[in-house]
Amino acid sequence: MTAPDSTILIDDVPVPFKPGQTILEAALEAGVFIPHLCFHPELGAHGSCRLCNVIVNGRNISACTMKAASGQEIEVDTWLGESAQAYRRTLVQMLFVEGNHFCPSCEKSGNCQLQALGYDSEMMTPHFVEFYPHRPVDASHPDVLLDLNRCILCELCVRASRDMDGKSVFALAGRGMASHIVVNSPSGKLGDTNFSATDKAAHVCPVGAILIKRVGFAKPIGQRRYDLEPISEEATPRREVEEAK
Amino acid sequence: MMAADSNVVAENVRRRAEPTQLLQILREAQEELGWISPEAARAIASALDVPVTRVQSVVQFYSFLYDEPRGRYRILFSDNITYRMLGNRGLFEHMLKRLKLKRGEVSADGAVSVDLTSCTGMCDQGPALLVNNRPVTRMTARRVDEICDLVRDGLPVSEWPADFFRVEDHIRRADGLLGPRYEPGSALKAAIALGRQGMLDEMKRSNLRGRGGAGFVTSVKWESCRNAPGADRFVVCNADEGEPGTFKDRVLLSSFAERVFEGMAIAGFVIGAGKGLVYLRGEYQYLLEPLETKLQAMRRERLLGASICGAQGFDFDIEIHLGAGAYICGEESALIESLEGKPGKPRIRPPYPVTVGYLGKPTVVDNVETLANATDIALHGGRDFAGRGTRHSSGSKVLSVSGDCARPGIYEYPFGVRIQQVLEDCGASDVVAVQISGPSGVCLTPDEFRRQIAFEDVPSSGGFMVFGKDRDVFNVARNFAHFFAHESCGFCTPCRTGTALIRDALDKIADGRGSRYEINELVRLADLLKRTSHCGLGQTAGNPIRDTWLKFRPAYERRLIRGDFDPAVDLDAALARAREISGRDDAGAHIDTRIGAKA
Amino acid sequence: MSATAKTSALPKVRAATTSLAGCFGCHMSFLDIDERILDLMQIVEFDRSPLTDIKHCGPCDIALIEGGCCNAENVHVLRELRANAKILVAVGACAINGGLPALRNSLDVGDILNEVYRTPDGAASNVPKDPELPLLFDKVYPVNEVVRVDYFIPGCPPSGDTIWKFLNDLILGRMPRLDPQLMHYD
Repeated sequence: MTAPDSTILIDDVPVPFKPGQTILEAALEAGVFIPHLCFHPELGAHGSCRLCNVIVNGRNISACTMKAASGQEIEVDTWLGESAQAYRRTLVQMLFVEGNHFCPSCEKSGNCQLQALGYDSEMMTPHFVEFYPHRPVDASHPDVLLDLNRCILCELCVRASRDMDGKSVFALAGRGMASHIVVNSPSGKLGDTNFSATDKAAHVCPVGAILIKRVGFAKPIGQRRYDLEPISEEATPRREVEEAK
Repeated sequence: MMAADSNVVAENVRRRAEPTQLLQILREAQEELGWISPEAARAIASALDVPVTRVQSVVQFYSFLYDEPRGRYRILFSDNITYRMLGNRGLFEHMLKRLKLKRGEVSADGAVSVDLTSCTGMCDQGPALLVNNRPVTRMTARRVDEICDLVRDGLPVSEWPADFFRVEDHIRRADGLLGPRYEPGSALKAAIALGRQGMLDEMKRSNLRGRGGAGFVTSVKWESCRNAPGADRFVVCNADEGEPGTFKDRVLLSSFAERVFEGMAIAGFVIGAGKGLVYLRGEYQYLLEPLETKLQAMRRERLLGASICGAQGFDFDIEIHLGAGAYICGEESALIESLEGKPGKPRIRPPYPVTVGYLGKPTVVDNVETLANATDIALHGGRDFAGRGTRHSSGSKVLSVSGDCARPGIYEYPFGVRIQQVLEDCGASDVVAVQISGPSGVCLTPDEFRRQIAFEDVPSSGGFMVFGKDRDVFNVARNFAHFFAHESCGFCTPCRTGTALIRDALDKIADGRGSRYEINELVRLADLLKRTSHCGLGQTAGNPIRDTWLKFRPAYERRLIRGDFDPAVDLDAALARAREISGRDDAGAHIDTRIGAKA
Repeated sequence: MSATAKTSALPKVRAATTSLAGCFGCHMSFLDIDERILDLMQIVEFDRSPLTDIKHCGPCDIALIEGGCCNAENVHVLRELRANAKILVAVGACAINGGLPALRNSLDVGDILNEVYRTPDGAASNVPKDPELPLLFDKVYPVNEVVRVDYFIPGCPPSGDTIWKFLNDLILGRMPRLDPQLMHYD
């Protein structure tokens, strides 16, 4: 005998959930969009980007870390009557000014989750004073480019490499704004690791920090993932779609 | 790496052997080697069979671990606002000048570096600094000169004048916890006589709440842990005391250590744990040896180890782990991460440590003072304890008072004491503001001094900083903002970026280039951090802004430019490098930065 | 937006435009409104602008700024427009976040100048000292880090349709908003 499915209310809409699912998992499965960056269905929750922050029974929590439970009343688009868009937009703006996110020359543009959430939250400007950090570009690997200007510290590559590829190519080092990805080789360069373009970790980056070489701009403007559909209206949860090659 | 160095590394690893000990291994390697070189990092990684990036991530997280040489003498001036008020900056500049160094720079001969660090818990005897993690108190210009001479002469720190390292307790007012004479072992025997359930019942009757700031009901924590599934359990003593302006645990560990240790054993007795860990902040490393000595004495007296006080089945022992300079490790889940040899980044909660804690096992994490109070409850019972203090806040609170007062130091009061009472007792007058419970607490004005220290009114983990006449509260907020930005673990977006943005906005105002625009940004950021941060650090990082803007507006307003916006940077300074390279200083090589400059 | 008899009686909306450290792509994109410019000219007249070649700005309603601030002259121009315009709009990636010129921002401008003006034999650098040349800032600054900006139109460049939609909204008193197909950062 299986436990009956229960429901939670998301912006007054009943959404079913399975025991053990988080609010974010239940929502995405039901086609209800909650913005997120560091969550991946195969890697689970991280809790760092804070984009999935929602109100549950009157309190702010991250939807990716809180288990769904019967009776929860979740507010996504408005928080206690106020629009939540401005909060999400501010979080996206923080990520934009923290790195060097120059969309016009980025191969990920149009397929980028950070950019798509910028559009979703109507971000017209990164607003804050830009940090313009000095971040390295590592082109040493024959098949994969590592451009840390674009890294949003979601640790999807770290987790995928460790938990799915069994390689531990990446780790996060430093503290605060000095946090950065480090590469597991004596030289610190990706080319000196056993990283491969077929690794899961080469395909989980939500932004343009890890890119397969020689396939840039494969889809023309107008036919890229988020040209076809805004991220909030994607029919299927993000990661189940083949990465645009 | 020199052969001798690799021996050091090998010895450390052999003794410790597990990746969970990585932080301790690195600390000890650094004590010997002065820094963790790439070779040392690789050797340690290889010996522990972990990726070298695991070692790098730990070294780069903690303030007291270095992946670059920092000199044989690593001097760090404690830089909380309380030390500023005692003139630490002047002494800092004086030392830099004498040693001909810039801040953070290592001298050419590799001998010395001088930098700043967060509060080291010596506010009652500052200005203070750390030299190779040992505290030097009561700094003066003369002492700066003496230290520079010792560095120049190359005398080992262990041979420096003992008076430099003198740390006094300064207990100005003792009450229920600190006052009575204590018979070592008496609480243990009392707990044993009560039995595990009986002791828990007394804890419940006492209504003891955590003394580290959160105020969680201790008996509920112990009971949940006891009832959690699993065979192994742990007791962890949170001795990280990183909240600036707080030094009460320093005194408890200096002079009341056996009460803390017995409190841990009593917790272990109740929850069924055989092992306790003390997480001692790196700034209190000087206490490690005396504490280890105390533990050994307790073992000899059968107050620790197997069959404590002869009670069959009551086996409990304690291990001390040092931190390495990270305020965030005072957060219980980050502390546990650190105990497991990782960067101190707070975990996703739930689950809470009482069900999934150290090594994934049920763990009670309690503050030093909370555990010491458990001995009181064992001896005199819960009802007696609950009879002191207020209805919702039983027992007493140990406060660490510092700042503009005649008698900084330790003051213990029953909960419910009024702020004005503390001010009277510590000899403070013409007080402009009081910061209770550190930067993450609250800033109170004179019309609030009738309020009481209690969980139901003004909660406090112990910090009590007094700001007298002519103190600029804006500078207090700015000092706190720098602290939070420095200590943010970096895990979540709002805190990592937001604390830096808050700091930069306050710096801009301090620079005379801030307007109402910055104020609006600050208020907005404080709200965002409170709502969306992953842990308490981010959630409280905006408190100083919220309080000081609300209650001390003129302190901000007199610094704001007229007009609603000023450029993000000093535009004339932004031309300096081009001026230098082109050798120009004509009018066109400068920009008018006066407010409202039209051209 | 169609011209009506009434509008000819109203004073025209006065607009100024400039390209600071920009490529003029945003101005070219503005001209992609094609024949709609005829309708626009019923309502709007241009003050200082590359389109009019008027050199200095007087009081105006809207200023459209392309490009970020890379040197002192950019700031002089920007300040003049800000002082004279009621509404200032940052148009395009460069104005909004520094854009392509800002790719130099994590490098030292002194090193850059020395490299650019290196003598043919590589032995020295001949960085110009002429007082008529504007000096470079240490970084390229987005427009909103130098003056208060009222609106932003993202894109590299924003399309003619995007700029058209924005101007429509603004002039007709609506809060400017871009539909998904008009909103892009590239």
